[in-house]
Amino acid sequence: MDNLDRRIINELQVDFPVCERPFKAAAERLGTTESELITRLRCMLDDGLLTRFGPLFHAERMGGALSLCAMQVPVEHFDQVAAQVNAFPEVAHNYQRDHEMNMWFVLATETPEGLEATIREIESETGLPVFNLPKQEEFFVNLHFQV
Amino acid sequence: MLTCTSKYNTMDNARRDEFTELDRRIVLAAQSGLPLDVRPYDYLASELGVTPEVLMDRLQAMQTDGRIRRIGVVPNHYRLGYIANGMSVWDIANGDVQAVGRQVGAMEIVSHCYHRPRRLPGWPYNLFAMVHGRSQDEVMAKVARIAQLLGHRARQHDVLFSTRILKKTGLRLAGG
Repeated sequence: MDNLDRRIINELQVDFPVCERPFKAAAERLGTTESELITRLRCMLDDGLLTRFGPLFHAERMGGALSLCAMQVPVEHFDQVAAQVNAFPEVAHNYQRDHEMNMWFVLATETPEGLEATIREIESETGLPVFNLPKQEEFFVNLHFQV
Repeated sequence: MLTCTSKYNTMDNARRDEFTELDRRIVLAAQSGLPLDVRPYDYLASELGVTPEVLMDRLQAMQTDGRIRRIGVVPNHYRLGYIANGMSVWDIANGDVQAVGRQVGAMEIVSHCYHRPRRLPGWPYNLFAMVHGRSQDEVMAKVARIAQLLGHRARQHDVLFSTRILKKTGLRLAGG
């Protein structure tokens, strides 16, 4: 990763233009060419330095529901429960964390009712309680990660 | 006059439904990413069967009303060397949580900050602040800065480090 890659990451986290030739417009801001910018983005996506390039949608404002859920899973059953939870397409991310509450996942559904229903299904499938921790307020999301 | 108003409303609703349906198709077509083509919106518009102008107009409308947070790149923290991911959780008096949340959320070292419900007795924490670092020590040092800022307003806190990513598919509309 060189200086131009870093500037691309920093700059294009903030804004990618909506116009006929957006790569050309962005490249001009970065002092490079349209084709160089496209090549760099393709490489960084292929390498996994970037996970996505495109619009980031706000699930709740699209009418969907999103929540962070936590479970306290007995260590001896952890992998089995992880497989059961991950099998739900509504589970977007799932992390193991070093705490008694050791499984943390984000549920995303197209409707608020779907969220409750999915939680009940996960509880009945795993036999474990799911702690639903929906956000009550979002203070500030720092969307820019300077590199 | 009444007839006229209701007719307008009906037209507005029809127009709105049309947009809602198109917006939904735009989400489905764009959620896996924009094409790396010199004219990415033309490419996407032709897939959707609309003109590029209509697509760009809808994208801008969704940005304005917040359904699109932004258009751009999403870096992989882990691959950029930020291998430690600590979820710091704080027990803040209910009356203080808004003021504290705004302060913590504004810190550059915090990437997301949310007020969430407690689940007593096991879970007393009502403020979550995500902190990334190149090591667990770096994350702990950042969390110490938050603790310093909060002083006695934080009754207790903890940091949960991720030890394994079990799934990461991102948010997707099911489609169909």
